[in-house]
Parts: sequence; C-alpha cells; structure tokens
Amino acid sequence: MQYRIEAFDVVVVGAGGAGLRAAIEASARGKRTAIICKSLLGKAHTVMAEGGVAAALRNVDERDNWQVHFRDTMRGGKFLNNWRMAQLHAQEAPERVRELERWGAVFDRTKDGWINQRNFGGHAYPRLAHVGDRTGLEIIRTLQDKGVHGGIAVFMEHTVVKLFKSEGRICGALCYERETGRFLLFKCKAIVLATGGVGRCYKVTSNSWEYTGDGQALGYEAGADLMDMEFTQFHPTAMVWPPSVKGILVTEGVRGEGGILRNSKGERFMFKYISPLFAKETADTEEEAKRWLEGDKAARRPPELLTRDEVARAIRNEVKQGRGTKHGGVFLDISWRDPAFVKAKLPSMYHQFKELAGVDITKEPMEVGPTMHYHMGGLRVDAESAMTTVPGLFAAGEVAAGLHGANRLGGNSLSDLLVFGKRAGEFAATWAERHEAREPDAAEVGAALQGAMAPLEREQGENPFALQAELQQVMQDLVGMIRERGELGQAVERIQELKKRAQQCAAPGNRMYNAGWHTALDIQHLLVSAEAITRSALLREESRGAHTRDDFPQTDKEKWSKVNVLCRPGADGAMSVTTEPLPAWPDDARKLIEGTLEAVTTKEAA
Amino acid sequence: MAQRGNVTMRLWRGTAAGGQFVDYQVAREEGMVVLDAVHAVQAQQANDLSVRWNCKAGKCGSCSAEVNGYPRLMCMTRLDLFDPGEPITVAPLKTFPLVKDLVTNVRWNFESAKRIPPLKPGPLTAEEQRKGEFQMMQQDVDRIQEFRKCIECFLCQDTCHVLRDAQDTDKFFGPRQMIRLANLEMHPKDSADRIPMIKKEAGVGMCNITKCCTEVCPEHIRITDNGIIPLKERVVDRYYDPVTMLLNALRPGNTKLR
Repeated sequence: MQYRIEAFDVVVVGAGGAGLRAAIEASARGKRTAIICKSLLGKAHTVMAEGGVAAALRNVDERDNWQVHFRDTMRGGKFLNNWRMAQLHAQEAPERVRELERWGAVFDRTKDGWINQRNFGGHAYPRLAHVGDRTGLEIIRTLQDKGVHGGIAVFMEHTVVKLFKSEGRICGALCYERETGRFLLFKCKAIVLATGGVGRCYKVTSNSWEYTGDGQALGYEAGADLMDMEFTQFHPTAMVWPPSVKGILVTEGVRGEGGILRNSKGERFMFKYISPLFAKETADTEEEAKRWLEGDKAARRPPELLTRDEVARAIRNEVKQGRGTKHGGVFLDISWRDPAFVKAKLPSMYHQFKELAGVDITKEPMEVGPTMHYHMGGLRVDAESAMTTVPGLFAAGEVAAGLHGANRLGGNSLSDLLVFGKRAGEFAATWAERHEAREPDAAEVGAALQGAMAPLEREQGENPFALQAELQQVMQDLVGMIRERGELGQAVERIQELKKRAQQCAAPGNRMYNAGWHTALDIQHLLVSAEAITRSALLREESRGAHTRDDFPQTDKEKWSKVNVLCRPGADGAMSVTTEPLPAWPDDARKLIEGTLEAVTTKEAA
Repeated sequence: MAQRGNVTMRLWRGTAAGGQFVDYQVAREEGMVVLDAVHAVQAQQANDLSVRWNCKAGKCGSCSAEVNGYPRLMCMTRLDLFDPGEPITVAPLKTFPLVKDLVTNVRWNFESAKRIPPLKPGPLTAEEQRKGEFQMMQQDVDRIQEFRKCIECFLCQDTCHVLRDAQDTDKFFGPRQMIRLANLEMHPKDSADRIPMIKKEAGVGMCNITKCCTEVCPEHIRITDNGIIPLKERVVDRYYDPVTMLLNALRPGNTKLR
C-alpha cells in the first residue's frame, strides 16, 4: 500500500485554540511546522466556547490578581491540580489574552474602552474577557488568521491513526486524508497533541463528532501516561428539550449575567447546596444575591455561581427528588432582565432557544440539565514544557491533564489553550532544535496502515455507528455523574466486550469521505479513554470534584487527597491503573491556598 | 405542531463523476432538524454517506447545504418548517466543486483569506503601550463586531451570483472576504492600506448589490449594507472622486491627459 511522505520539524495534531497557538509559536521560532486538523480550519471545538477566557486583567475589579486566580483554580479543582501549572496559567493568561487583541480579536469593552470582564462560577472577581456569548469563535478566528499568515502548513480534514517512535523518541505520525482516503506519513522531530476531549463516549454531550479521544489514545499507545481520567466534567446547564438538541450547551454566562435556577415548585434551590468550602463568600439570601448583581462589592455571590461540579450535582438531585421539569431538567431564568440586555449579552443563546426549541428566553425560562462537556484528565505533562512522558511528544489543552485537577472552572479552558499551547509550541521548537530527525520503522508503518484499512476490506461486520451508540449508552448509564462499584465493574466488562467487537467493524463503500470507515477507526480511540475513565473511577474510592461515588460519598483527606490516578499499558498489554503522589506544594503556593483546605476535606458530597 | 410518521429525505448521492438523488425514509421526532434526519440515514441506511458537521448548534458553520433549493445550515433547519407530506431535498453547495454526496471542496475560501493583509496596529498611546491593550470604545467596535460574528459557513459565497453563476472566482473574493476586509478596514487601531487590493485583487466592483448574501446569512450580518457598500464608497473616494481625479491629472509629471 502506498503513502505520501511529508517532512517537518514540528507537527501539531489538532487545530483548536491549543493547536493553533502551539503552531504559531513553533513557526515563529523558525521551525517548519504543520498543523493537522480533523475538520476544516476554524471548526474545531474552541469555536463552540461561549462565556469567556479567564485572565486577571484587573480591568473591572482591581482586587483581582494572579494569586487570586491561582487560588480560585486550585479550590475549583479540589486541590488535585498540578500547582505549578495552575501558577503558570494564572500568571501568563493576561498576556496571552492581550496578545490576541493585538492580533485582531475584538473583545467587549469596559466604559473606559479596555477589555471588559464578566463574572463566572468559582471566580472571585469579574475575570472573563468575552465577546457576547461567542468568545471561542473570536479566539479561533484570530488564531486562524494569525496562523495562515505565519507560514504554517495546514492539512485540513486529515486524521492521525498512529504515532511512531525510534529509540524511545517520537519520530512520525500516520494519517489519512478524509477526501480521498489516501495515507500520509509525517516525519518530524516533535509532535504536539492538541486533539481535545472524549465527550463522544457519552450519549448526552455538548461535544461534536470529533471528540473521540484521539490524542489520549495515540499518546497512550505510544507509551505516555494518562492521568486523572476519572474526572469528567458534566456542565450543569444544557438544553434538555426537544430530544434532538438534548446536551447542547447553555453558557454559564447566563448565570454570570444574573440567570436564576428554580425547580418545578418555583424554589430557588441553589441556596440549599452551598458547601462549607464556599460558604464564606456565597450569598445566603435572594436579597443579598440581588445586591451583588447590582454591583454592591460588600455583597456575596449568588449560589448559582458555585463551581460546575456543585451546580450539576444540585440539579441532578432536584430532578431525582421529583422536583424536575416535565423533560427532566430545571428552570434557568434570565427573563427578569431587560430584553435588550439579554439579546446583547447572550445573542446566540437567544437564537438557539428561539430557533431550536421555540422558546423566547427574554420572556420565559429555559429548561436545562447536565451534559458531558469537558475532561479534566488526559495525558500527563511536565508543567513547564508540556512534554508527555514520551520524549518529543507534547500535549496541550483539553487532551492534557493537570491544570484543572478534579474540576475545571468555566473560562479556564480558553486560557489553558493559550498559555499551554504557547508553551508546547515553544518547547517543541526547542526540542526540534536539539534533536535530529529519525526514520519511522517501515514495517510498523505498514502494519498501522493495514490495520486502518481493515474495516473497508471486511464484507460483513459490526455497524460502527451502532457500536458507538452502545458504548455511549454504557458510559451514560454506568459511568455517569454518580458512580458506584458494581456498575463500574459492569462497565469494565462491557468495554472489554466492545473492544473485541470494535475489531470486527465493517465499513461498506470506498475510501472517499466514508463516514462509516472514519467512525470505525474513531471508536478504537474512544474505547481507550472509556476504559481509562472507568478503571480510574473504580480505583478512586472517594467523592471529589466531578467524580462522585455513591458508595464513597466523603472527600477523603488522607490517601486520595494526595495522589493522582495513572493509566499506562501493562506488560501484558492490558491497561494498568496505579496511583502516584501529587507534586509537593512549595511554601508560597501553600500560603495562597491555605485556609480553604480544611473546608474541602470535611465536606460531604451532596 | 408536532408532526408524526416518516419523512422522505431526498439526498444527493455521488461524486463529481456523477450521481443522483436517493430517497430515504426517516422516522420523525419532535424538534428534529435536517441534520438529525441526515444522521439517521447515515447511521442506519447508508454508513458511507458524506456530510460535514461539528457543533450542531449554529456556531461552527460546517453543515451548509441547499435544503429544498435554499442555502441553509442543516443543524438550524427544523423539519417542521416544511410541508409534512413533501420530501425534503438536500443538495451540496452548488458554487463549489463536489467532493462526494453533501460535501464540497471549499478550499478556495481559505486561499483568498490568506491573501488579505492582517491587522496592522497603528500608533499606540503611552497608556496603551503600558497596558498592552487597545483603548477602544464599545460604540466604535460595534460595527466590526457584527462582521466578526461570521462563522464561515460560506452560504453567502454559495448564493453570490458572481461566484455561483459566472464562477468569477479569479475576479471577486466574494461576500465572506468582503466582510473580513471591512472588519480590518474599520478596525479603530488598524493602519494598513487595503483600498488598492479591495479594488483590484478582491474585486469589490464585481458586486452588483442584489443583497442575496445578506438574505442567507445565518448570523444576520448585513453584509451588503454595512460591509460591501462602505468598501465600495472607500474605493470611489480614492479613485473616482472628481476633484481628486482632476488634481491628480494636473500633477506635474502626469502624462495621462496629454
């Protein structure tokens, strides 16, 4: 079987915010850089980000600074974050945002004409630079325009199926071109994985078809560690009706702009779910919450702006207790605000509900419920360089683990992409400077290619779409928001069975833009993450952040607060799951965090 | 009103070498959009059916097609928009070369974007330099924020007569790039001069203001009124202002009139 060969210094896989930022950096440092995107340029998941990018710019509230942002991130992550990543992120985010402005991004302005910032869950002060509710579009378009003028070679609609190493170092990647089905071998000195998350292994998700855990699987198969895989973020507010839009995101910006959550009895229920960790700075009356929204700096924040894990669990509990709406959600109401304000601040939410659900959000409440949205876990990386445990292989953005710990704060993803995308590009360029290119082994390439062709050559076999739907049902039912040993055990068994069947997928038709073939290959990647999520969730016998165990409702202050869970290939090829101690906190970081630690370790999961 | 039963999806199947419309029966669900019905066909009846999509919420602009002859995003087009008894026809964008089924080659749009000079920030105040930010009033950026809503679905390019019927892609960049140019030209901090390229390379004069692009824009950007017409005016001011033309003609060394 023939394949074309391309040679570069740095190859970036994925063209969302992290991938584009990495490619811009590597290219600016004089490295021949290619970016491989699964879709067309500018369509990656970043485009769907709504609420904003978190950075302590101090344009709206001068009390903010990187130290507060660092503390908020650590608290939101229930202290499982890599402290150094959280520090770098808080320190470098402001410059990364301002640089976008100089590259052409046009954020909403303050009264004085500087970049405006809005409130968001878990952030102590208004911190999110934004453009209405389409911040992700602004960021990806800015990076895309910057990238194409910076001499990056763009390979649109290409999918990577395998990475190659030589003497332990990364040296190449094999991919297919969607349009023709032809194969390309990239030879390179460094690879940056920026492929995003794994949402497609759940049935109800805000993620697109692309989110099949490609980077996690490619890295894992190349020998890189996966970390914190049990922490899957269920965003509290997504559409629940009609069925065709179930899971589509409703931005946290709605709550940032004053949206109120109520159950079917009309109760503003979030006041019942204020955990000790956040009690000091959360309003306990509607009157105080209202004053805060009106700008009273002495008032405390409304409970709707608690972190995502807390709000999602509260909503699930309300529905479970029989206080949900007809379609199994709760009400989110912004209609009490001026219609012109709602349309200016939340234009795409207005259109989304109007056109897809026939609901006018300036006049009536939305029906919302949780959706699989983001993955805190992923490839384990070095905090400074973003390199994985495989030499020459870097990872940035959602595919990497560490920054967000057990739960990510809204707005911290866009800033993550920029900060660590830039770092990954920088260090990949340095790596490429210092290392020679090596040849991928021809036999390995041949074997990978044959494996990728197999579904096309099979005349009879599993329907890949049906198999993917089965996996989604298993994860939704058995590895969802609330987990338990028996169900997790069942899920492990079901996944083993699905892994075998995935080897028997058949894709009728030829190699040209064949969706069945692509799905048959994607599902093999998806299964790696599904297994790692399930096995890690089974091992972590406590509840923390986005990981809630019905059989272990407490947050454990001993063992589990001190370790990350890791997955790596075992000697027999089976996935092995172990723990490793968190990096120790230096004194200055500890000082910033202290005073809040006691609250989380005594907290009970709702 | 909820509609029950099946819907007939009449989908284009084929490549540049040839093809035809094929009918598929799909069970209706409440609130279903065209993209859902296409996905149902793909999952159950035609695994190799080619279609682009990503966000399924009108934010990425991937799933552009011609639904019953009208350029639309499939993810934002509800089935109950149409007569329940009639088949729903979905065809690929006509302006661009067909790849397969509902997928076309839209690469030309990315190539022309590359030829547009990026933002060139002009002189900054001391305060701006210190902060590393621009000081721009909201009312001064409102008009370019409208252009920046563009999701690059290319429905405007698909419907533009210059591109669709005349296929004059070497003479006109099309409405999408006019909006990109208008955004840069009207940016309060930009100092580049793109007027010559707007006139010549990008070919703003090719637009004859039928406003079809504005009509199909899913982001409701007033492409013609707010973007293209002001660009035409800038070109006219530079090249066709009678006083300027006369002064230029009388400039010493100008031999054109003699």
